[in-house]
Formats: sequence, structure tokens, C-alpha cells
Amino acid sequence: MAKNLANANRKLIGWLIAAAIGMFGFGFALVPLYDVLCEQLGINGKTQSTASSYEPVTIDRNRTITVEFMAQIQSDMPWEFKPEVTRMRVHPGELVRTNFKAKNLSINDVVGQAIPSVSPGQGAAYFNKTECFCFNQQRLSAKASAELPLIFYVDPDLPDSITTLTLSYTLYNITDRGYVGAVEQGAAK
Amino acid sequence: MSTITQDSTAAHDDHHDDHHHGAPKGIMRWILTTNHKDIGTLYLWFSFIMFLTGGAMAMVIRAELFQPGLQLVEPNFFNQMTTVHGLVMVFGAVMPAFTGLANWLIPMMIGAPDMALPRMNNWSFWILPFAFAILLSSLFMEGGGPNFGWTFYAPLSTTYSPDSTALFVFSVHIMGMSSIMGAINVVVTIVNMRAPGMTWMKLPLFVWTWLITAFLLIAVMPVLAGTVTMVLTDKYFGTSFFDAAGGGDPVMFQHIFWFFGHPEVYIMILPSFGIISAIVPAFSRKRLFGYSSMVYATASIAILSFLVWAHHMFTTGMPVFAELFFMYCTMLIAVPTGVKVFNWVATMWRGSISFETPMLFAVAFIILFTIGGFSGLMLAITPVDFQYHDTYFVVAHFHYVLVTGAIFSIMAGAYYWLPKWTGNMYDEKLGRLHFWCSVISVNVLFFPMHFLGLAGMPRRIPDYAVQFANVNQIVSIGGFAFGLSQLIFLALVIKCIRGGEKAPAKPWDGAEGLEWTLPSPAPYHSFSTPPEIK
Repeated sequence: MAKNLANANRKLIGWLIAAAIGMFGFGFALVPLYDVLCEQLGINGKTQSTASSYEPVTIDRNRTITVEFMAQIQSDMPWEFKPEVTRMRVHPGELVRTNFKAKNLSINDVVGQAIPSVSPGQGAAYFNKTECFCFNQQRLSAKASAELPLIFYVDPDLPDSITTLTLSYTLYNITDRGYVGAVEQGAAK
Repeated sequence: MSTITQDSTAAHDDHHDDHHHGAPKGIMRWILTTNHKDIGTLYLWFSFIMFLTGGAMAMVIRAELFQPGLQLVEPNFFNQMTTVHGLVMVFGAVMPAFTGLANWLIPMMIGAPDMALPRMNNWSFWILPFAFAILLSSLFMEGGGPNFGWTFYAPLSTTYSPDSTALFVFSVHIMGMSSIMGAINVVVTIVNMRAPGMTWMKLPLFVWTWLITAFLLIAVMPVLAGTVTMVLTDKYFGTSFFDAAGGGDPVMFQHIFWFFGHPEVYIMILPSFGIISAIVPAFSRKRLFGYSSMVYATASIAILSFLVWAHHMFTTGMPVFAELFFMYCTMLIAVPTGVKVFNWVATMWRGSISFETPMLFAVAFIILFTIGGFSGLMLAITPVDFQYHDTYFVVAHFHYVLVTGAIFSIMAGAYYWLPKWTGNMYDEKLGRLHFWCSVISVNVLFFPMHFLGLAGMPRRIPDYAVQFANVNQIVSIGGFAFGLSQLIFLALVIKCIRGGEKAPAKPWDGAEGLEWTLPSPAPYHSFSTPPEIK
């Protein structure tokens, strides 16, 4: 009897410990799961992190979307950072180019990374960027300034309920994280 | 397992094996004990000490908030007090108290000689004091202890947290391990060690609710461990789980945390339901109304608890369909909870009720927990949550369900089973004094907070606008009175342990359950031979 009990206990303990370890793993699995869900459902305002290619689509001249640009910097970022225009009206499907202006106010080289976010969140999936400074890290030497280009178009499938899209960039100081070289790209000219 | 075999042999030839039947003497009895009753006692005392510790921190908070402006403590210290108060009360007071009750009662209720894993039981208790020593000592470090709220939202707990955050993380790891070990022990005990004839639908509801709680613990405590680990690596090892600059997302922290956090709040209330379901029938002298619906309601609350986490984050900018989903799921939980409340009330209906202290606390639980449930329903409504979010309305809500809910049920249970534990009746007069002081002061303390919240007073801030001054003064007075009232309970328990009127095996004439077939105090080893279940 006691032996049976010991066996039964051991088996059940095994299952329960496996469940606990599994749930520990599940906690970490939530990280990629979260990203995939946000991307698939087009929620949370996350835009794609690589360039999309522009296939000539029919430009919907009957519809006008207001696109607003915002720029913020993290408190430890010694840069000035602002959009060239804060608001423009575009037709869906139209390829548009605009610039953000950045200036390093400090006497050190600083590497920045811009993180985009689109509001309303459901609009993010329809905001396509063919070129964006946010795809790469940006380096500015002391007191230097740069024009950071952004080329985008709004997908004509954008739901009718959305008439305004706000694109906000937050610029982070990532100098201390180690600069991944070779990104001395066109932006900082 | 060897302990079980030893015990059963001891039962067969107990003349020359007498030392198995008494408790060893001295401090080593407590350090080395594998006896479920000793470990239950340790858990209960530990949780009471933590209750007073966390309570002292609440007194600091209420003293600072007695008047507008900064009087007593620095804002950073105030933040540490709100944070550690929450952590100590959740992980140090409520959860160990339930584990202590489980240790004491589950073996006696199902007719088992002990818990299934006595040595692991010893470990799961004895790592707890270390966890809290680490957590509390971090308060004295340079830069202070955790100050980011018990929910430790990133980036407050990563980018902006004090240097002692690693200690917070490790102490939470240890608490989590202790809870998981305790939960595994409970599941194995209930599944494998029921006396013959103790079928599933004959289990006392306290055992049922604890079984379901144990599964919740096994499911979500590892997720909490994962969350604190991510905080640790984000802060010290350069990962970017919650850091947008490195591709992470601070909102994701809230999703992962509340995936743990919402089942956690049911972990802190389901065993209460079990306690109340034992006490209400005993003092109404009727059988519990709707036993099986109670079991199913508990199970459905547990399952639904995994589907509602994002109602804590309505204001983070979720899409409307998600807000609606979480709003309706949250409201759905009111259905099984309502089943329970109606069952308790129906049990009392036309019963011959007497109001001894356990019943007083149980009735107060039903009324006040329901008030907390209603304010929870208000918070579940997405559009109005935008107004209530992060105000004192939320503070009022969760203190109604945790203090007048969880804590009151623990008090009720302590009064109900004290005669069985100590062999002496507690002082009924003192018990009633404790009850009336507590129930009046707790409402003076928490009820006006609803109005403060509706008027817009934000939580976790050491200062406030002058129009809140009068109400805050009343709240603080209620707080001091409630804190002092708990010293009556301490005095009562000590008095009861030292002596008093001898308790019969079954001091409550309406009580049911195997634990009342044992003499009072319950012998050190009980049910070495399984009891007969009718």
C-alpha cells in the first residue's frame, strides 16, 4: 500500500514540476507571442522594422488622410529632434517624402535609435515606410546636425474610420550599448 | 514517504514507540519538523508577524497622508512603504496564512496522517523567512529598497529603480519557490491521500478551493518568476525585454505581469470561500446550500481568471475590441461569484443562527466582500475605468476584497479552529471586542477612499490637494484604529494558547467535518489509521 502511494506520489510530483517548469518557459514564450500577435492583429501601433517596397498602387485621389508627425527625446538624449513639417495631407497610395531634423547639442559623439509608434494603433499596419531613419542607428558627431529622411505611403485599404494617422518617434540614446558599426549610412550627410 | 511508513508502523505497536506521538522539545523541534501541524503553526505565526510588519508600513503611509504636504517621510521613502507594504501583505501575510491553514487542516479534513511530502513542506516554510529578510533588509541599503510599487512596472523597476532591485528579484524568486512547493504538496496530498470513501464530491469545500488554488499557483507563480528574471536581466545584463530603445516594449511588461497578477488575486480569495463555506453552515446549523454549484463556481472563477488580465490596463491604448473582450469576461466572473454569495445567504436562510466570533467575521466577509465585488464591477466598465484608473477608488476596491475579504476570512477561520489547535476556548468577549473594533474601523478606513477616488485623488502619491484633507484625516484615524485593533487579536491568541476553558472535541454544535472527530487539541499524529467515511 505504502509502496503504491510512493509511486503515485512520485508520478504526480513529476507532472506538477513539469507543469511549473513549462509555465516558466511560457512566461518567456509570451515575449515573441506578444510581438507576433501585435503584428498580425495590427495593434499596439507597432510599424514594421524593415523597409517595404512600393508597388505602384492606384492613388485614391478622392480620399485625403491627415498625417501628423511627432518627435520626442528620452531625457538623457542630448539632441534636438523635430519633424520638418508637423502635419501634411496625403492621398492613400501616394509616395511621400519628408524629413526629420536632428542636431547633436553635446560635445561627444552620440548614437541614437528612433522608435516609431503609430496612433491609432490599428492604422499601423497600413502605414508603409520604404525608407526610414528608424531602420538604423544614427550617429552624430559632436555639434553635428543631419536631415533624417522618411519615405512612406498610406495603404489604400486603410479603414474608412481612420482619417488621421499620427506617427510619433521617440529617440533613445544608445551610445553606451555599443555602436554596431557599418551603419554609417546615408542619413548623416 | 518514509515518514508515512514510520507513522503507520508506529500505530501498530505504539507501546515502545511512544516518542513518535509527542512533539520533540526545544528550538530544533521547529527547525527540523516535518509535522503538518507544526508547519501550519509556523506558517500562521510567520504570516501574523508579516501582517503586523506590513501594517506598520501602512501606518507610516496613513500618518504621512494625515495632512496635505510632506510632514514625516521623504517621497522616495513613501514609495518604498507603499511598495513593500503591498509585497509583504500579499506574499508574506495572506498567502502564507492560507498555506498555514492548508497545512493544519487539509490532512485532518481528508483523514490523512500528514501532508504527502513532509520534508519538502519543511523547506517550503523555512525558505520564506530568508526571502523576507532579504526584501526587508534592502530598505536599509543605500538608495533604499524597492520603490516602484508592488506591481514593479517597467521602466520604473528597470531604468529608474534603486541598486537594491536584485535583492527584490531574488526574494520574489524564493517566495515563488516556496509557494510552488507548497502547492505541489497540497495537490499530491489531496489527490493521493484521501481516506478510503472520501470521494471528490464529499471533500469539504476548503479542500476543494485549496486544490484549485494550488493549480493556479503552479500555473502562474512560474510566470512571475519569469517576469522578475526579465526585469533582472534588463537592469543588470543589457537585455531589452521592456526597453523600447532595444526593441522591447514596456507595455508587454504589464501584459506578462497581469497574466500572473490576475490569477494571483483569486489565489488570495478562493481559500477564503472555502473557509466561509465551512463556518456559515456550522453557525446556521444547516447544511451548505448548493455544495456542487460551489465547486463548479470555484472552478469557473479559476478558469476565467486567465482571461481577464488586461482589465488592469484599459488606459494603455488597447484596441476597442480587446477592451470589450476583457470588459465582458471580467463581468462574467460576477456570475459564479454571485452563485457563491447567494449560496451562503441561502444557507443562513431560516437557519438557527448564533453569532459567535467566527460567524460575525463570516457575515462581515459576505457583506463587505460583496461591496468590494461591486466596486470591481464598476472598475470593469472600460469607459468609466478611465476615470477611476490609478485613483483611491482602486485602493478602496482591492482593500475591500483583500482586507475585509481575505484577511477577515482568515480571522474567521482562526477563531473557528483555535479550539481545535490549542485545546482551549478563546475568550469570546475579547473576540467580539476585536470583531467590532475591526469592522467599524475598517469601514472608516476604506469606505471614504471610494469618494476620494471618485473626486480624483491619485494613489501612491505622498501629497494631495487640500480639498482632500478632511476625508484623508478620517481615513487615517480609521487606519490607526484598525491597526491597533489587531493587537487585541494577538492578545487573544496568546491567552488562548496559555489556557482557558477546555474545548471539547467539537466545540461548535453545528460543525461538520473529520477534524471535529479528533480530540482537542488535535493529537500530534492523527489518522494514522484512516477513518471510516460514511
